[in-house]
Amino acid sequence: MKVVIMGCGRVGSTLAAMLADDGHDVTVIDIRQEAFRRLPADFKGKRHVGNGIDQDVLARVGLAEADAFFAVTQGDNRNVMATQIAKHIFGVERALCRIYDPIREAMYHELGIETISPTIVGANMLKDMLYQKHAAAGIGSEA
Amino acid sequence: MYVIVVGGGKVGYYLAKELLAENHEVLVIEQDGAKCERIAEELGDIVLRGDGCEAATAEIAGFGRADMVCAVTGDDEDNLVSCQMAKAKFGVPRTVARLNNPKNQTIFKKLGIDSTVSATAAILAQIEQELPTHGTIPILQLKSGLEIVGLKMPAESSVIGKSIKELLMPHGSLIVLVVGKDGTPRATTSDTVIQAEDEVVVVTSSENEEALRTALTKP
Repeated sequence: MKVVIMGCGRVGSTLAAMLADDGHDVTVIDIRQEAFRRLPADFKGKRHVGNGIDQDVLARVGLAEADAFFAVTQGDNRNVMATQIAKHIFGVERALCRIYDPIREAMYHELGIETISPTIVGANMLKDMLYQKHAAAGIGSEA
Repeated sequence: MYVIVVGGGKVGYYLAKELLAENHEVLVIEQDGAKCERIAEELGDIVLRGDGCEAATAEIAGFGRADMVCAVTGDDEDNLVSCQMAKAKFGVPRTVARLNNPKNQTIFKKLGIDSTVSATAAILAQIEQELPTHGTIPILQLKSGLEIVGLKMPAESSVIGKSIKELLMPHGSLIVLVVGKDGTPRATTSDTVIQAEDEVVVVTSSENEEALRTALTKP
């Protein structure tokens, strides 16, 4: 699969390395050159410095031929805009978008975008962790 | 009308000022405290400090009863999200977004933003009018998707000396005005004869622009 990832932070770089290890053709975009330091030294994918909400940049990395696009920058709005450009302008089949704000996430999910809110996912996991430990110790089972 | 302006920078400030002068009810949403203070000082109690992309702020601002939301921050992604939220969550009848990158016009239209305004494109069009090129000069974008463009007729063009009815115009394109090189407009009918250095004003569609240019300027 040809995959384009916008944002080379902790999540973006980890995801890029995982998908490249799985043998996919991965391109990572980030505005800052330094961000690519997070990628492993033997990263087989491509790095591209540029703004992911600029259609010219997305065209240059060959987004039209991509099978999947991930928007994982720090900015919810940037992610939302890039994902919609990927989907509606470049016709990318799977355009996946991270949105921290759960309310915004719900809205864009309703508008037909594949979204995930790590805020909700993370909070739920922490909650489950607490309950599981309690259950294992045989306390708070009524909770 | 109740108009909400998202972004209290230079554009937002002057926009709010103009709207107030026309007796509209105006609210400016701005994140920066110093900018909020300045607006409140100059224009009165019409500013709300907060993030215009956040549903909670929008709720307080009264997006639900707004007639229009104008998102004029310096970031296209913020303007897009404000307008999409206004439409999808609050059913605001009219949304206007400022574009910093003119290329974003297509995606904004596709995503249902009613109008876009690009300062970059406007300045560019103005500069193009000043340049001695023989391309089409965008003058006005119409709601219907049609646009009005101007063309300077080069002396070597094959249409010089012909009347409008003799021209082979691209489908759906119409010459509406001919202006002589001294700047005098001529009453334009199908018998109007095109002269060298005339400026021709044409209603056309953007996909026909290239064909129009070829039809009118090729030797």
